[in-house]
Amino acid sequence: MTLLGNLALWVALLLGVWGAITGFVGGLYARPDLERSARNAVFAMCGALVLAVFTLEWALFHHDFNVEYVAAYTSRNLPIFYTWSALYAGQKGSLLFWATVLSLFGSLAQLFTARRHRVYLPFVAGVVCTVAAFFVTVMLFAANPFGRLPYTPADGSGLNPQLQNPGMVFHPPMLYLGYISMTIPFAFAIAALASKQLDSDWLIAIRKWTLVSWLFLSIGLVLGMWWAYVELGWGGYWAWDPVENAALLPWLTMTAFLHSVMIQEKRGMLKKWNLALVIGSWLLSIMGTFITRSGVISSVHSFTESPVGYYFAFFLLFAAVTSFTLYTRRLPLLTAEARLESMVSREAGFLFNNLLLVGIAFSVLWGTLFPILSEAIQGTKVTVGPPFFNQVNIPLGLALLALTGIGPLIAWRRASLPNLQRQFAVPVTAGVFTGLVLLLLRMRDFYALLAIAIGGFVLATVIQEFARGTRARRRQYREPAPLALAHLVARNRRRYGGYVVHTGIVVLFIAFAGMAFKTETEATLKPGESATVRSPYGWTYSFTHLGISQYDQLNRLVTAATIDVRRDGKRLGLLTTEKRQHVDALGRPTFQPSTEVGIRSDPLEDLYVVLGGVVGGTEQAVFRFTINPLVWWVWYGGMIVVLGGLIVMWPGGGSPAVKRAQAGYAVRLVGEEK
Amino acid sequence: MTSDCKRREFFGLMVSSVLSLSPTVRQSVDSLPGSGPSGRLWDPSRAGRPLEPVVAADNDAAIQAIEKRLHCTCGCGLDVYTCRTTDFTCTTSPAMHQHVVTLAQQGKSAQEILDAFVRESGVAILMAPPKRGFNLAGYFTPSLVILVAGVLLVLALRRWTRGAPAPIPAPPPPPDASPAELERLRHELEQFQE
Repeated sequence: MTLLGNLALWVALLLGVWGAITGFVGGLYARPDLERSARNAVFAMCGALVLAVFTLEWALFHHDFNVEYVAAYTSRNLPIFYTWSALYAGQKGSLLFWATVLSLFGSLAQLFTARRHRVYLPFVAGVVCTVAAFFVTVMLFAANPFGRLPYTPADGSGLNPQLQNPGMVFHPPMLYLGYISMTIPFAFAIAALASKQLDSDWLIAIRKWTLVSWLFLSIGLVLGMWWAYVELGWGGYWAWDPVENAALLPWLTMTAFLHSVMIQEKRGMLKKWNLALVIGSWLLSIMGTFITRSGVISSVHSFTESPVGYYFAFFLLFAAVTSFTLYTRRLPLLTAEARLESMVSREAGFLFNNLLLVGIAFSVLWGTLFPILSEAIQGTKVTVGPPFFNQVNIPLGLALLALTGIGPLIAWRRASLPNLQRQFAVPVTAGVFTGLVLLLLRMRDFYALLAIAIGGFVLATVIQEFARGTRARRRQYREPAPLALAHLVARNRRRYGGYVVHTGIVVLFIAFAGMAFKTETEATLKPGESATVRSPYGWTYSFTHLGISQYDQLNRLVTAATIDVRRDGKRLGLLTTEKRQHVDALGRPTFQPSTEVGIRSDPLEDLYVVLGGVVGGTEQAVFRFTINPLVWWVWYGGMIVVLGGLIVMWPGGGSPAVKRAQAGYAVRLVGEEK
Repeated sequence: MTSDCKRREFFGLMVSSVLSLSPTVRQSVDSLPGSGPSGRLWDPSRAGRPLEPVVAADNDAAIQAIEKRLHCTCGCGLDVYTCRTTDFTCTTSPAMHQHVVTLAQQGKSAQEILDAFVRESGVAILMAPPKRGFNLAGYFTPSLVILVAGVLLVLALRRWTRGAPAPIPAPPPPPDASPAELERLRHELEQFQE
């Protein structure tokens, strides 16, 4: 079967090269035969890569340990769920996953792009084939998932215990889908530049793709945070690790794009900026892959150091130079269709929002690369950890949160003073009131207080917008309030879905602020002994060690400590925290013992208990007890963000022309019939 | 049918089973089924590296604050405090913790302890580079770039808006407009702002 897999990769490479050549030549010289050939090459490449995936999965499920990848990431006793996900657990398999999904997205773009955007498709095929061919090249020459060992081990090494978590089954594919789907907007941007069709038409073609990409990245980031929280055991969910940063960077720039694209659609402005954001976001996604795979920056998440880093560095350089050369040559064609009318307008608000989002992205990138820069310039390697990132990014993040509330309150084109007074009165009052209440409650952490107060302001903004819209519909159409609200959202999904996203962002920021009040203590307890921890809300938690049991389970030997939890004397229940020694099918230990955290979560705070180990081989155990306020809201904030994203991208909601007529914009909306 | 049980063992079992029925018998300290006799684990090697009991210094806020500024050199990328309280297989962070405690017990201040680590292992031992020399570029470049970009953006906005057409004043409502008509006008203006 590996022969078939290798053959499929070679066929995919040849098809990729062919599709790239015919796509660009066919598009540039308007040759329908070559254009058709490029389109077919994308489909055929997708078929070849799906066959390669099938072959690798076959080897994984049949425990063909002569295949080096299978031996390195699975074992006979690995649960079937994780055997399947081993496809993208390692460097080589994830490259195959990436190339396959890209070719699948490329095929979907060829199939479902509207007829009027067909002019872009040959170039899109060319870009997709180029990128996919690059990934297949890396596999064939540096990281072949079908490579064989000179011997066949009796069992494989198994999957890293920390990857044996449901979060890890879904988190990497979600991030990959986000990264990979970003190639389609990038391909359309290059197509628009290459074909000189630089009106706003290409933006309509990519609207859904940009949302899909942003949504997958959002889900991937939140799932990654959840996995880190429940699996790694350090009591937090974000550590400013280079790999985490690499995922955040394109999310930030895509968020900037989703805002600035509205100005181009409504006013025909910011064409250069939007193109640069799409190209930049894609380059950042490739750079994220380079950081993860090259070993150039040390990270707990990264794959082992390997020669693929050189391939990615070269490809990144080639793609950046090619894209921006083309971009620079087309700058004269990218003129604005309208002028900005006032500094106090929603357009200006969006520009400042973009400044902050891109500024934060730059700051995160700068911090991530600073150790390399420092070593190159002053010959000294430095560490840039959370203290650095928090110092630089918290003020910027709070300013961005404030703009999340300010933006929707300012009118398009030009805001008058009475309009501003009417719009800001309630939200500002809500923000100030929230801040005062927190001060009275003796909250003294400056940034946490500011985050929650600004959160109050933004939430009031969102509520005000929904309330006004619903009231207007009730008056006009005599609808009951719930129906008016539903119609309001359905009629303008982008706007009100956006507000739902803003609500999710507020919830996330408030949850982040909660971590300022994290409390933790270590204790050694014999069975029957208790440790007490005081929570930031003033409650006293008592943790009583009941004892330790040991048993075998699936592919691991478990040592489980059970803790009885009480709050101010009232019993809350039991918590179990474990040490797991994973073994292969022959009972041989495969990795160092890992920790399973015991978590009790409620909207106010999480109790987070970690079994460190035992003393002298007895039931006397070392525990870490952590109280994490408001963590519950990180996951629900993430869900609200995703819900808002789904509302925005849900199909329907009226034609662009109708929407435009409702809003009364002076400039033609893209997609409207000429 | 033969049995492997010897006579002495048989009587021992009889006695112990009678004692187990007696309410005065002393209960084992083991609290849960599955745990070994006298609180010993059945297989301690499954529970990871043996640990020492926690001492007061381990929970000392001042010690923890210092450790959160020190980078564990085991390759985990975490600070010493987080590593030693998370990755219980690591032997580097407990050793570094012990070193911090020893220095603190010698009466050294937090800064002196950090300086001692920098002298021994270089500046990369700190979780954030010290604010001097080239490192200042690390701290201030992002803010500076955003500030400069912000100023440029304001200047550009002023230039762009200078040539913009003057706002058209809204016509006054007709003097004989009814309250319903005024309401409709207000609603449409609201719609316009969307």
